[in-house]
Amino acid sequence: MMDRRQLVHMINQIARNFEHAGDPAQATFSHLREFWDPRMIASLLAADDPDLGPIAKAAVNKLREFEGS
Amino acid sequence: MGFERQADYGTPEVRSDAQVTLTVDGRAVTVPTGTTVMRAAALAGGAIPKLCATDSLEQFGSCRMCLVEVEGVRGTPASCTTPAAEGMVVRTQTPQLAKLRRGVMELYISDHPLDCLTCSANGDCELQDTAAQVGLRDVRYGYAGDNHLGLPSDASNPYFDFDPSKCIVCSRCVRACEEVQGTFALTIDGRGFASKVSAGQADDNFLGSECVSCGACVQACPTATLQEKAVKEIGLPERAVVTTCAYCGVGCTFRAEMRGEQLVRMVPWKDGKANHGHSCVKGRFAWGYAHHQDRITVPMIRERIDEPWREVSWDEALAFAAGRLTRIKAQYGARALGGITSSRCTNEETFLVQKLVRAGFGTNNVDTCARVCHSPTGYGLKTTFGTSAGTQDFDSVTEADVILVIGANPTDAHPVFASQMKRRLRSGAKLIVIDPRRIDLVRMPHVEAEYHLALQPGTNVAVLTAMAHVVVTEGLADETFVRERCDWDEYQDWARFVAEPRHSPETLEAVTRVPAAELRAAARLYAKGGNAAIYYGLGVTEHSQGSSTVMAIANLAMATGNVGRRGVGVNPLRGQNNVQGACDMGSFPHELSGYRHISDTATRTLFEQDWGVALDPEPGLRIPNMLDAAIDGSFRAIYIQGEDILQSDPNTHHVAAGLAAMDCVIVHDLFLNETANYAHVFLPGSTFLEKNGTFTNAERRIQLVRKVMEPANGMEDWEVTQALANAMGLGWSYSHPSEIMDEIARLTPSFAGVSHGRLEAKGSLQWPVNDRNPNGSPIMHVDGFVRGKGKFVITDYVPTDEKTGPRFPLLLTTGRILSQYNVGAQTRRTANIVWHDEDVLEMHPADAENRGLHTGDWVRLASRTGETTLRALVTDRVAPGVVYTTFHHPMTQANVVTTEFSDWATNCPEYKVTAVQISHSNGPSDWQEEYSEMTAKARRIAVAEAT
Repeated sequence: MMDRRQLVHMINQIARNFEHAGDPAQATFSHLREFWDPRMIASLLAADDPDLGPIAKAAVNKLREFEGS
Repeated sequence: MGFERQADYGTPEVRSDAQVTLTVDGRAVTVPTGTTVMRAAALAGGAIPKLCATDSLEQFGSCRMCLVEVEGVRGTPASCTTPAAEGMVVRTQTPQLAKLRRGVMELYISDHPLDCLTCSANGDCELQDTAAQVGLRDVRYGYAGDNHLGLPSDASNPYFDFDPSKCIVCSRCVRACEEVQGTFALTIDGRGFASKVSAGQADDNFLGSECVSCGACVQACPTATLQEKAVKEIGLPERAVVTTCAYCGVGCTFRAEMRGEQLVRMVPWKDGKANHGHSCVKGRFAWGYAHHQDRITVPMIRERIDEPWREVSWDEALAFAAGRLTRIKAQYGARALGGITSSRCTNEETFLVQKLVRAGFGTNNVDTCARVCHSPTGYGLKTTFGTSAGTQDFDSVTEADVILVIGANPTDAHPVFASQMKRRLRSGAKLIVIDPRRIDLVRMPHVEAEYHLALQPGTNVAVLTAMAHVVVTEGLADETFVRERCDWDEYQDWARFVAEPRHSPETLEAVTRVPAAELRAAARLYAKGGNAAIYYGLGVTEHSQGSSTVMAIANLAMATGNVGRRGVGVNPLRGQNNVQGACDMGSFPHELSGYRHISDTATRTLFEQDWGVALDPEPGLRIPNMLDAAIDGSFRAIYIQGEDILQSDPNTHHVAAGLAAMDCVIVHDLFLNETANYAHVFLPGSTFLEKNGTFTNAERRIQLVRKVMEPANGMEDWEVTQALANAMGLGWSYSHPSEIMDEIARLTPSFAGVSHGRLEAKGSLQWPVNDRNPNGSPIMHVDGFVRGKGKFVITDYVPTDEKTGPRFPLLLTTGRILSQYNVGAQTRRTANIVWHDEDVLEMHPADAENRGLHTGDWVRLASRTGETTLRALVTDRVAPGVVYTTFHHPMTQANVVTTEFSDWATNCPEYKVTAVQISHSNGPSDWQEEYSEMTAKARRIAVAEAT
């Protein structure tokens, strides 16, 4: 398991910088798919995290849907 | 190549569409209008005697050796200052000219030591040659008159001597310092017979002067007055090989001048497209590390990192490494392995390392040192323009009217390009500097910035957004360009965003600390000052918003129409010699060569078919993620070529913990670097002098690296990687790097037209080199952006999470110095150490006074991450509240204090902003002493101990 605190900080930071994208959650999701190693994504999805911001949370949900599909 | 001097046409080339035809000694020659008679004569195959003229310098007309006769013209004009004219009839050899020249030469020789047989320049002396050329047989004046023969030599510079007794006061050195280097360190002191070359004030010697040891004066000197010490010690070279420098991203080409197997000197190559015959102290002189006593040339292994090293054969080392990698892969899976490619190695070597990781290890866990420098450039420029590279060639700066330098210090980090930039500034271009620190370019001889926006570290995006606000709200945008070349809807969204009052310079002044009026003026100058070019460095990328800043720069350039032609553009100044190439070669974990994503099935299939192996379609780990995963236990082995992550990467303690957690660390390097303290296998590397291949510089220029001597370790680095691959059973059989380049070209569209053969023929090629651009692409995005329409991206300023407060009230920013390079592994092992033998902490007088600190005091530099100790330098180059240091020395380890905050898009570390506190210290910290002890222990070699 990768350091979740670190991963949550990273995704929140990404989400904040996509705040002005057309679809911030989709942009965040796509960024993670494009650049994150599978174990990082798996660690992120391993549990809900109260520190996730709203965009990051939506992106994580998209990741869950994608991984589950 | 045998040894021949580089051709010298006496005066510089002139570019003109108009031409004139003249006759020189009966031979007709056609030259561009404005060409001198001297150059025309040389082009016609003649050789007019000369002493003060050389084609790297403007004509001077002082030595009176180059007199000629011109039909219909009275007297004997100097050919170096006489422009060729249509129908001109010139005679260069007549009895009268011979008499005049001999008379002048007699005067020179009457005040010159007659020690030719023992002179170090014997056989390579223009004075000697010219005396022979004019047929000097005696000196009527004798040698007993007043002279300069007793003047003492100045041997203070570690690389060259100045012997004024041999000086003919031709001023070539002084002019080279001014015109070529732009430092103005030398002058002619005195008048008439008392005239002499002087480095600064009367009491200055070369070492104590403003001289930056670029070597331009030495190269220009026609006698042995300024002579490399190596020539004195070794003798004159007897052969020369043209190759490419392995220091910064400028990519200077040099003639490696050899005597037998010994390198005598590196002389900048006049035909080099990046450097045009110029050099800096590193490339010109700092190559001694190649044979430094610390160099490791025998492979070594150890079971555990607390054991001493054991020297072994290549076979044993490779079998040991391959065995560990194979076992770890079997036990933990392919994703437990990874590698790091080197921006100091060749394209071919880098390509092989990533191929080994992807095809051999079976994972995409490959990354490169660009992760910690220019990875945001790749992301930002690919997103906005469609290509992960700068838009211009270096020569483009000669057509810039406004030069905006942001987060870069070219005179220290890219000195040869800085000289070209300064030349343009001296001839009238305007300069804007955006930097927290007063870098040299802000004010130096004959260069002064119109505006220096000394922003608060971490506020680049706010400053650039405020500039964009001015451009949009004051109607300075080039909407014609934008409508034609960019996505208009995205532009409008962006324009609305930056035009919001919260983005005005006045509002943002509270954040940026840049006076609004100055920022407005700078923005107006950039937008409407003519051709405007942006040059940037790590002060842009190494931030939590590094990628956003790159995109903000691209936005500004597009909005003002400053892309797609000469004199404009967005120019990342790349740090290391082949950082552009390492990125091009597929060193990032998410993309294959040519910046194509690993998940793209068509691209991946191309590689799979060529390599005969299935590739993982998922992106791999970046360097910081690898270290996190190592601590987590899911990443257990790494092959590191030519990179010292323990010293160069942020939060040293974390890097050390990650390395210590791994079961197999393979370091492939010249020296037992800091990372090797945690290694189990050491594979000795080869220097750039010992290998063939190519480097790609910051202007996308691919240039050949040619082997000038055999590798001291027995193998070039690509051979070592191949041997490791074969020890793992991969069966590679490259016999020369040209075969690797052929594979790169086969698999990489932007390199499709590149081969070693074509590079030999052309000298260099700037990618993309393909059917559309068979001879390369000096300027990008000329007819349209590579991605189609230029993309405006909204870049909202997001303050860094690294905050100052009562415990850590100051902001630390880090950088480089001229004489040292990166972690100093090479330059610390040369005489460059005389200029910088330790990292020092620059702090403002007000901050120093508050703490009772003075220059030279030991100070404790502490952050939330760690602390170290170094000496203080009190200076107003930094603003109050900001401190600055370099990271060239391992015993300082500035990265002990830097944090793990990083760029949101690429994880490029935020080296440029760390909250710190400074206080008195009595000397090295406990950590430094412990580290020193640990290092000594980690570097023990069992064989050496036994003997």
